[in-house]
Amino acid sequence: MKLLEINNLKKSFDNLDVLHDISLSVEEGEVVAIIGPSGSGKSTLLRCATLLETMDAGEMTYLDQRAVTTVDGRAQYADSATMKTVQGYFGLVFQNFNLFPHYSVLKNITDAPLHVQKRDKAEVMETAASLIRKMGLEGKEGYYPCQLSGGQQQRVAIARALAMRPKMLFFDEPTSALDPELTGEILKVIRQLAEEKMTIVIVTHEMPFARDVADRVIFMDGGYIVEQGDPVQVISNPQHERTRRFLARFSG
Amino acid sequence: MSFLTIMSQLGSGFLTTLLIFCLTLVFSLPLGLLVCFGRMSKFTPLRLVVKFLISILRGTPLMLQLLVVYFGPYYVARLPLSGSWRFWAVVIGFSVNYAAYFAEIYRAGIEGIPAGQHEAARVLGYTRRQTFLKIVFPQMVKRVMPPVTNEVITLVKDTSLAYAVSYIEMFTIAKQIAAAQTTIMPLFAAGIFYYVFNFVVAWGMERIEKALAYYQ
Repeated sequence: MKLLEINNLKKSFDNLDVLHDISLSVEEGEVVAIIGPSGSGKSTLLRCATLLETMDAGEMTYLDQRAVTTVDGRAQYADSATMKTVQGYFGLVFQNFNLFPHYSVLKNITDAPLHVQKRDKAEVMETAASLIRKMGLEGKEGYYPCQLSGGQQQRVAIARALAMRPKMLFFDEPTSALDPELTGEILKVIRQLAEEKMTIVIVTHEMPFARDVADRVIFMDGGYIVEQGDPVQVISNPQHERTRRFLARFSG
Repeated sequence: MSFLTIMSQLGSGFLTTLLIFCLTLVFSLPLGLLVCFGRMSKFTPLRLVVKFLISILRGTPLMLQLLVVYFGPYYVARLPLSGSWRFWAVVIGFSVNYAAYFAEIYRAGIEGIPAGQHEAARVLGYTRRQTFLKIVFPQMVKRVMPPVTNEVITLVKDTSLAYAVSYIEMFTIAKQIAAAQTTIMPLFAAGIFYYVFNFVVAWGMERIEKALAYYQ
């Protein structure tokens, strides 16, 4: 079943075309890794998909909800009720965590489920407790983000996203702000989520991770999807010259 | 006249000063937030009007503003200027003027909050109202404490401007005694009152800052 389908997405900032004609679909349970050089449009694509940026033209459908259609070449977003439903389908984990600094670990995780989704308090607390255990954050419930390492903060951010019970999770370079040791820590968590059949779209520079964990790798450059397919195929045996050049340093 | 007598006479004036100070804060701190919303509004005419008003309030002497507020009702509507109006004119004048400064301080505090906070709130589905009340406002309060402390301390000293509309507060009394007794001692004593008052204010604000230091 298709969870997300994007067709002919175009996005420009002022006169700079950032995304040219991007089409992408994500199946339920699939792990998609997006790789490519800086400025290739990876993050913008993720930001359009997570509604942090509005696309100029294109179509976007989440499950049964048509979020964006294009009329006369201009993107039109659905009514606010539909967008609210769509918003609840996905979670996003940021490069810089973006935890709420004035909230404890527990409150970071439980506040939105309690006050946005208005779920039952006992249930939310139970969910949070199990996520805290899963993320190895036992005993840190009362800590504030500034008291945690980058790796711990990112695990709180993942728990915060999962507490909303999203159907899919986006990761925007989740390890780029972390040292190699903490990077491994976070990649382990994401790998575990992938094994549990969470649907994941991850923008990353961690090539071994993309090759081992992703079901599909997308290589972007200059606002286009240059190449996509089986991770081993794309990363170890790229077909396009541009992909080869980008991966040269990694494979060499 | 002994120093102690001077101090006790000033003490009664000090209560008036304290009252003006407290009422000004009670009104100007929330009013500043309203002005700040206007200043940051996406509705351009409102934003420009508020911006203009702030520039007037910051760009003209507070003493002049007090005079305008005090005499305004008489010149505009020929209303009689009662004794209690003198007091309220001072409070209104101070409150409006300080609200303009607080508004700009709040704006800096709000704009300094990283975009990532808004984005995280948005992805989690918080409404705009929730985002402001739960995420932005508490962080803004912490950020603006040092500049707000500055303003509050300035306000303590500015209360002496009430003499412009002949409102009797501590400094007015000090000047009267000084003139009658031809001594500088009452002014010196008033200085001590202001300093001690501000010392307490600074201590209080520091306590609040410390209480907010549980996160970075």
